[in-house]
Amino acid sequence: MARVEERIDAGFASTTTDASDHPRPRGDLARLPWVSFVIIAVMVLVAVLAPLIAPHSPTEQSLPDKLLPPAWEAGGSTKHLLGTDVLGRDLLSRLFYGARVSLIVAAVALLAGGGIGLIVGIVSGYLGGRTDSFLMRAVDATLTFPTILIALLLAVSLGPGLRTIAIAITVLIWARFARVVRGEVLAVKARDFVALARVHGCSHLRIMAVHIVPNVLNTFMVLLTLHIGFVIIVEASLSFLGAGIPPPTPSWGQMVSDGRSHIASAWWLSVVPGAAIMLVVLAFNLFGDWLRDWLDPRLRQV
Amino acid sequence: MQRFILRRLAQSVLLLFVLALIVFALARVSGNPADLLLREDATQEDRAHLLRALGLDRPVHEQLYLFISGAVRGDLGESIRYRKPATEVFFERLPNTLRLLPLAMVGALALAIPLGVLAAVYRGTIVDRVSGAIAVLGIATPSFWLGIVLIYIFSIKLGLLPSSRMGGPSHYVLPTITLGLFLVAGMMRLVRSSLLEVMGSEFVKLARLKGLSQTVVIWKHCLRNALIPVTTLFGVYFALLITGAIVTETVFAWPGVGRLTYEAVIFRDYPLLQAVILLKAIIVLGVNLGVDIVYAYLDPRVRYA
Repeated sequence: MARVEERIDAGFASTTTDASDHPRPRGDLARLPWVSFVIIAVMVLVAVLAPLIAPHSPTEQSLPDKLLPPAWEAGGSTKHLLGTDVLGRDLLSRLFYGARVSLIVAAVALLAGGGIGLIVGIVSGYLGGRTDSFLMRAVDATLTFPTILIALLLAVSLGPGLRTIAIAITVLIWARFARVVRGEVLAVKARDFVALARVHGCSHLRIMAVHIVPNVLNTFMVLLTLHIGFVIIVEASLSFLGAGIPPPTPSWGQMVSDGRSHIASAWWLSVVPGAAIMLVVLAFNLFGDWLRDWLDPRLRQV
Repeated sequence: MQRFILRRLAQSVLLLFVLALIVFALARVSGNPADLLLREDATQEDRAHLLRALGLDRPVHEQLYLFISGAVRGDLGESIRYRKPATEVFFERLPNTLRLLPLAMVGALALAIPLGVLAAVYRGTIVDRVSGAIAVLGIATPSFWLGIVLIYIFSIKLGLLPSSRMGGPSHYVLPTITLGLFLVAGMMRLVRSSLLEVMGSEFVKLARLKGLSQTVVIWKHCLRNALIPVTTLFGVYFALLITGAIVTETVFAWPGVGRLTYEAVIFRDYPLLQAVILLKAIIVLGVNLGVDIVYAYLDPRVRYA
C-alpha cells in the first residue's frame, strides 16, 4: 500500500513540499500565483481569440516566405513577428492556434479520464470488499505499466485524431484519479452523516451521488488542476511522436518536431513552441499547487 | 516466500494476458487487421491470401487462440518495414537501449541525491527553494524539447558534442542528460521528503547526542535509510526510462528500441508496434517482479502485506 502511494508521489505533478513551509494562504493576495494567473489567462485568451488576433492563417503556405527569421533577428520583418516555417506558414499564428489544440485536448481528456477516475474511486471506496480489491488491482496494474505505449498503439490502430488522443490520455490518467478519490471516500464514508442517510433509507446509489460526491469535489478539482500540465506535456509528446493531432492542424508538440530538422538554420521553429509548452505547464503546475494548498491542505505530501 | 513469488508471478502473467487481449482487440476494432498488415501496393488477391495465411477468415475465438499461441512461441508477426520477424528486429536494437539506460539512471541518482539532501538539510532556506525551483522546471520541461535545445547549444553553436547516432563516449553525453533529467525532479523530491522523515527519528537524535558531526549523521546514518524508498521504486524508474527512451532516442537518432517504437508509429507498422509493446511490457513487468522479490527477501513485512 505504502509503496503504491510512493509511486504516485514520485510521478505526481506537485511542487510545494511541506506543510510548515507554507501556511494556508487564504486571503493573502501577495501569495496568489499572479504570474501563473497571467500566463494561463493569456493562453486562454489567445486560444479563444485565435481567429481574430492571428496575423495570418495558420495553415496557409507561402513558399517565397519560407524560413523567415523572427523580427528581432537579421532579415526578419514585423510582418511575421516570430518568423515562418519551412512551408512559409506564420509561426505566431500557428502558436495561437496550437494553444487551442492543447486546451481542447486537455479539457476533453481530463473530463473523460478524471470522470472515470472519480466514478471508480467513489464506487471502490464506498462499496469496499471484493469490488474494491478488484478495482484497486486494476489501478495498481495501470500505474505500474508504461501506459504511453498503449496510447501509441491506439494512435496507430484507430488513426490519429482528437478522439484517439482523448482515449489515450484517459487510459493514462484515470487510475491516478481513482486512487486519490478512493482514499478520500474512505474518510468520508466513516462519518456519521453517511450512516444517518443509510438509516434514513437512502439507497447506496443516492448516498454516493448526493452525499459522497460533494465531499470529494474539492479533491477532485485540485487533482484536475494538477493534471492539466501533465496532460499538455503528454499531448505534446504524442504529437511529437506523430501520434497526436494530425497535420495541418497546428499543435505545439508537432511544431517542435517539424522544426527539428531545421535546428541548425532556424532554431526558433523548435525552440519557441517548446518554450510555450514549458511556460504554460509551469503556470498550470504552480496554480495547481496553490489551489491544493488553498482548498485541500491534506493532499499535500510531506 | 514461494507463495509470494508465485502470486506476484501469476499477477504479472495475468496482466500480460490482458495486454495481449488489448493488442488483439485494437487491431480489430478499426476494421480488418489485414489492412494494417498489407503494404500499400497490395492487390485484392494478396489480401485474400493474407487473410487465409493469418487465419483471419476464421471465427474470432480461433483467431485469438492463434494469436496467443503464436505470441507464446515468440511469433508476433512480421514487420512491414523491415520485412523480417518483429521480435528479431526488437532484439537487434535492444542492446543499444540497454547501453543508455544504466548511464541515465546513474546520472539521475548522482544529481538527485545531493540536491535532495541539500534541500532537506537546508529546509526552508534559499537552498531548498532553488532546488525546489529546479524540480518545478524539470517537471515542466518536455524532454523532447530539452534534447533539441541541448543539440542546438552543444552541437551546433559550440560544436563540442555530436548531435546524433551512436559512436564514441562523446555520443553518450547528450542522450544521457536528456533521459536522466526526466527522472531527476521526482527522485530529488523523494530523497528530500524521505530524508526529512528519517532526520526526525529517534536513532538520529541518539547519534547527535553521541556527539557525531552533522556530516556523519546525515550522510552515513540518515541517507542510508532515506534511500530505501528510492531503491524500492527502481522498477517504476525503469519503466519511466523505457518510456522516456522513446522520445530521447528519437531526438538523438539513437538506434535502440525507443527509436524503433517511433519508427513503428510513423510507418504505421502495426505488427512491429505490437511486438515492441508486448516485449517492452515483458521486460518492465520482469524488472518489477525482480525488484519486488528482492525487496520481499530483504524485508519480510512485504511478504505478508
